[in-house]
Amino acid sequence: MRVVEELRDSLFGIMQRDPSTIVLGEDLLDPYGGAFKVTQGLSDAYPNNVITTPISEAGLVGVGLGMALRGRTVLAEIMFGDFLTLTTDQLVNHAAKVKWMFNDAVDASLVVRTPMGGGRGYGPTHSQSIEKHFCGVPGLTVMAVNQFQSPGDLLKEAAELGSPVLFIENKIMYSKLVEPDRLVSYDRPDAVILTYGGVTEFCVQAAERLLDDEELTVEVVPVQHLSPLPADLIRTAAAKSDRVFTVEEGTVSWGFGAAVAEEILSAGITPHHFQSIAADPTAIPSARNWELEILPSVDKIERAVVASF
Amino acid sequence: MSHDLQEIDTDVLGVDLPRQDRFYRQLYLIRRFEQKLLELFTNNMLAGTTHTSQGQEANAVAIMEALKLDRDMVWSNHRCHGHFLSYCGQSYRLFAEILGRRTGACGGRGGSQHLHWRNFYSSGIQGGFAAAAVGAALAEKDKGAISCIFMGDGTMGEGSVYEALNFASLLSAPVLFVVEDNGIAQTTPKELGVAGSITDRARAFGIDCHHLASTDADEIFATVSPIVDQIRTTGRPAWLHLETVRLGPHSKGDDTRDEAFVAELQKRDPLTVYRDRVGDPGALETWCDDHIAQVLDLALKDDVACAS
Repeated sequence: MRVVEELRDSLFGIMQRDPSTIVLGEDLLDPYGGAFKVTQGLSDAYPNNVITTPISEAGLVGVGLGMALRGRTVLAEIMFGDFLTLTTDQLVNHAAKVKWMFNDAVDASLVVRTPMGGGRGYGPTHSQSIEKHFCGVPGLTVMAVNQFQSPGDLLKEAAELGSPVLFIENKIMYSKLVEPDRLVSYDRPDAVILTYGGVTEFCVQAAERLLDDEELTVEVVPVQHLSPLPADLIRTAAAKSDRVFTVEEGTVSWGFGAAVAEEILSAGITPHHFQSIAADPTAIPSARNWELEILPSVDKIERAVVASF
Repeated sequence: MSHDLQEIDTDVLGVDLPRQDRFYRQLYLIRRFEQKLLELFTNNMLAGTTHTSQGQEANAVAIMEALKLDRDMVWSNHRCHGHFLSYCGQSYRLFAEILGRRTGACGGRGGSQHLHWRNFYSSGIQGGFAAAAVGAALAEKDKGAISCIFMGDGTMGEGSVYEALNFASLLSAPVLFVVEDNGIAQTTPKELGVAGSITDRARAFGIDCHHLASTDADEIFATVSPIVDQIRTTGRPAWLHLETVRLGPHSKGDDTRDEAFVAELQKRDPLTVYRDRVGDPGALETWCDDHIAQVLDLALKDDVACAS
C-alpha cells in the first residue's frame, strides 16, 4: 500500500469510529479531494464532516481549535508545510497553551496535517521543511511520518491523543510504498543514522548501498515523534555505535541534529564521531539540479559515512 | 476541577434582583473590583499586569444579560475582568487568579488576561480567539448556543478578525462580534490606527452590522437583546460596533491623554448614568463593598501558586 492510501484509509477509520470528527482545509472537496489527494473520497462519504475553506490558514486552524475546544476531534490540512508560518499564532499561542493556561480544565483534539519537503522544483515557498520552528513548544506534539513505519497508525495515534498535534507528511513520500521490511537492525552496527520524515528513504538507500559496496552495517532509526523527542529511543540507538549521524531535510542550525546531540550527550553517551547532515543554509532554489545540490541526498549520506572511517 | 467550583454565582450577579438593581449591582461590582486591583498594584501587593474596563462596564453587564449563560460561549480579551464578572460572578476566583493563588479561576496559571470558567475563554492576543469563537459556535449550533466575542478598536488591525468574519459568514456561524470602541488602543488614538468605518467593516462579508454610541446599560441591553435573538433564530453572525469610553489608563498609569479630555469623558461614566435609576443605590454599593472586602481577604490568605 502507498503512503497516501494508508493515510486516507486512516482518515476514513477515524471518521468511522467518531462520526462527529471534522476534517477541514483548502480544496478538500471531491472530486479534487485535496492537493495531494489524502482526503480523496472523504467529502463524498461524509459531506457534513468535511469543510472546504477559504485560503486562510490561520483562520482554519482557529476554527478547528474552537471546534476541538467544544469536544470535536478536528483534523485540519495545511496544503503546503511552508504555509504553517501563517498558523503560528493559533498553534503556539492558542492551541498549544489552552490546556495548561486554563488549568487543565479543557483540551483540544486538534491535528494539523501538512506536507513538507522539496525535490519537486516548487521553489523557495513550497519546498521547505520548517517543522523545527514548531518543535519545543510545550503543549504541542509534533509527529512526522516515514514510509518504513505505518503512517496510518501514526495518524490514528495523533487523532486519539486528545491534545494538539502537528503532523508532518512529505510531498514525494505520498506515492511511495510502505515498506517496513527495509529497516534493518544490528547488535553493533558500524554506524547509526537517526533521521525522520522524507529523507528517511535516502538514509535507507544509503545504508543498503554501504552494505553492498563497502560491507558496512548501518542502522537507520527513524524518529516519528519530533517533539517531545523519545529520549529512550534515541539514546538506545546512539549507544549501539561509535559513529552517530543525523539526517534532516531542513537546515542544520537549531535543528533535529542539535536536539539529538543534546539527548545523547546529556545521557553521557559520547560517540567517536557525530555528524549532522542537513540542507545547505539557503532558501530552496526552483532550478531542479540546484535544489538537489543543496538538499541531503543518498550520495551525501554515503560519502559522509565512508569518510568517518 | 470539581463541579461546585464551576458554578455561576447567582447571588453575586444579583439574579433575583429586579433588572435595574441587578445592572447597577454589577456595574458597581466591576468598578470597585478593578479599582481595588489598581490599589493593590500601588501597594505592591500585585505583580504582573492588568487592564481595567473602567467606563466600559455597561457593555459587559448588558450583553451578559442578553445571552443565555447556561449554553452560550463568551470569548474575551486582555480587558476581560468585567466580562468575566458579569458572566459568572466569581469575584473570589478572579481575585485569587490575579493574585497568583492556587485557588484562582485557572490556578494562577492564566492571571489577568487568560481566564476560563465554564464557557468563558479569554486570550491576551488581539483577535487570537476570533476564529475559535466561530468554530465553537459551529460545534454547538445544534444546541441552540451562540458565541459572543469581545474585541476593541485596536483589534481592528488584526487580520485574524477578517478571516474569522469570512468563515462566520460562509459557514453560517451564530456569532455576535462586539467591538468595544473606546477610541484609543493603548496610547494610539483611533484616528491613527483604524481606517474607514468600524461599523461597516463586516457588511462586505454579508454580515448584519449595528452601531450604538452609549454607556447606558439599559440602552445597550435594548439594542443587543434583539440582535442576540436574531443570531439564535437565523443561525447567522452579527456585528455590533459599540462606542464607549475608557476612563482609566490602558494598563496601570499609562494614560497619555489630556486630563481635560478624560474629565469630559467622565460625564459618560456608566455608573453616573445609571445611579439615579435604582431606588437604593447606597444599599447595592454597600453590598458590593462588603463583598469585595470579604473575598479579597479570603483570596489573600490562600496559598500562592507554584510548580511544586
